[in-house]
Amino acid sequence: MTSTAPAWERVQLARKPERPHSLAYINMLISGFVELHGDRRFSDDPSIVSGIGSFNGRTVMVIGHQKGTNTKENLDRNFGMPGPDGYRKALRTFHHAEKFGFPLICFIDTPGADPGLSSEERGQATAIAENLLALSSLKIPTVGVVIGEGGSGGALAISVTDRLLMLENAVYAVASPEACAAILWKDASAAPEAAEALKLTAQNLYEFEIIDEIIPEPEPAHEASDEAILRTGKTIERHLTEIESIVSDQGIEHLLELRYQKYRNIGAWVDQQEAVISGDSPDLARQNGQTAN
Amino acid sequence: MPDFFRRKPTFNREDAEHSDGPVVPDGLWVKCTSCKDLVYSKDFERWYRVCPKCDHHARLTATQRLNYLLDSGSFEEWDRGIVTADPLHFSANGDAYHEKVQQASQKSGQPESLVTGRGRIQGYDAVVAATEFAFLGASMGSAFGEKFVRAVEKAVELRLPFISISNSGGARMHESTFSLMQMAKTTAALSRLGEHKLPHVSILTDPCYGGVTASYATVADIIIAEPGAMIGFAGPRVIEQITRQKLPAGFQTAEFLLKHGMIDMVCRRSDLPETIALLLLHYADATMGRHTPGYAHASTGKEGDA
Ligand SMILES: [Zn+2]
Repeated sequence: MTSTAPAWERVQLARKPERPHSLAYINMLISGFVELHGDRRFSDDPSIVSGIGSFNGRTVMVIGHQKGTNTKENLDRNFGMPGPDGYRKALRTFHHAEKFGFPLICFIDTPGADPGLSSEERGQATAIAENLLALSSLKIPTVGVVIGEGGSGGALAISVTDRLLMLENAVYAVASPEACAAILWKDASAAPEAAEALKLTAQNLYEFEIIDEIIPEPEPAHEASDEAILRTGKTIERHLTEIESIVSDQGIEHLLELRYQKYRNIGAWVDQQEAVISGDSPDLARQNGQTAN
Repeated sequence: MPDFFRRKPTFNREDAEHSDGPVVPDGLWVKCTSCKDLVYSKDFERWYRVCPKCDHHARLTATQRLNYLLDSGSFEEWDRGIVTADPLHFSANGDAYHEKVQQASQKSGQPESLVTGRGRIQGYDAVVAATEFAFLGASMGSAFGEKFVRAVEKAVELRLPFISISNSGGARMHESTFSLMQMAKTTAALSRLGEHKLPHVSILTDPCYGGVTASYATVADIIIAEPGAMIGFAGPRVIEQITRQKLPAGFQTAEFLLKHGMIDMVCRRSDLPETIALLLLHYADATMGRHTPGYAHASTGKEGDA
């Protein structure tokens, strides 16, 4: 119903406190869920939930950013902004899932990684980078769903998956519209314009081929929570089944190659040199470019 | 410091205007931006743009960096023609991104914010990637990511170690999620480099933040930072604004990261070529696909019979 809503409206919808967060999805879609805690290094970060359970008859591991639904919960959950301890808890879950061959499902919903003093001291950047590295070569099927806010590197750190899905009213961008406006407009109140310019809606990202599917919200998820969650479950199932058959038909190495190419191919660039050298024969130029080292 | 004066890096005068470097009052003397002392400009260039009074390491352009680091005349640049395609047709406040790119290109003399190629460091062949901070704060857009990945893939093909030298403000906001995804793209390429047992040595220089620090630059076998370099995920102003915490002195410096276990060493600029060369010597056998007999391949027991 909101397919023509401007980007800024989507941002508001994606941030609605009443919108279902990761645990709502887990409670409805994962049976026998057992939450697992801690990074085995320093602490247990409540802004990331992780655990094991059964999804439509197979054991899976699940990770999600967890926001609160009210102020107290949000303070407890640090507004869903993980520190390095949260990312290391996720990393432990990745490896745990890989060890036992369980598929991994990630729910993405964060304003961004925690920008605090202690997060810096314990290596926030390194923790995110190590997750990107681990996800790129994890030998299990992986599915990510942006259910609300996909905020920058803090979202990416659990979203480099074989299939990346997005709810219709979720957003995903390199920075919050407010931060982008403050930097490029020199005025945080230009956030609505920045939101538009950042092309952060599910529709935008589907057109850019950065995400694989949009999960429709005929009614916004904060008004029809169960429906949104069930539809999400069905979509995850369909993708997971596809990935599982790729693995059983062509092997896990083939899946890893597909995953590599998926991210390898994201980018919009032109090779001017090639255009200049080649004239009307770009193939020849490409060959030349590769042999002339 | 005997080898401080040994190497004579070639230096392009024009490059000086493109860095944060010291102000040149009359062309003969330069003023250190840190201690404000005057240094004879020829000495300053000879000393790798490090202040002899306070040891401040001034920012370098990609060209200066490669001139200082690589053996003279050994650099062969790759993929210079790759530039951004402006996927979002981005414009902020009437400032079109494609115009910004043109200005940045004119200002920095580089077509993009990353320079890649191969060269030699004290005789050791390596693939190198150096950021250009004067080009939109060396932010990581599509062209940066593509050049980086091509360089890593070439390192795999040529079986060469990979050296990245980075300073960056992080993401290229004008490319939004395309920029964000370059973090995944560059890191995935390094995963392949690792599978081929080729080392990645990452040099962090001032300032290094955001998407670059949170991706390829910290996914390295060895991480080296220059003295005093500011390195982190979120910038200090952002942290102060959001947490309203007063940040301790020395927060996010290279020395702070060393103390907190995030990097292997702090290395003065003048010592970098020798330090990297020594490391590459240690990795030479692994890079060439040779293994130390006895333990690296102990389980096969048939080394050389194949
Ligand atoms: Zn000085």
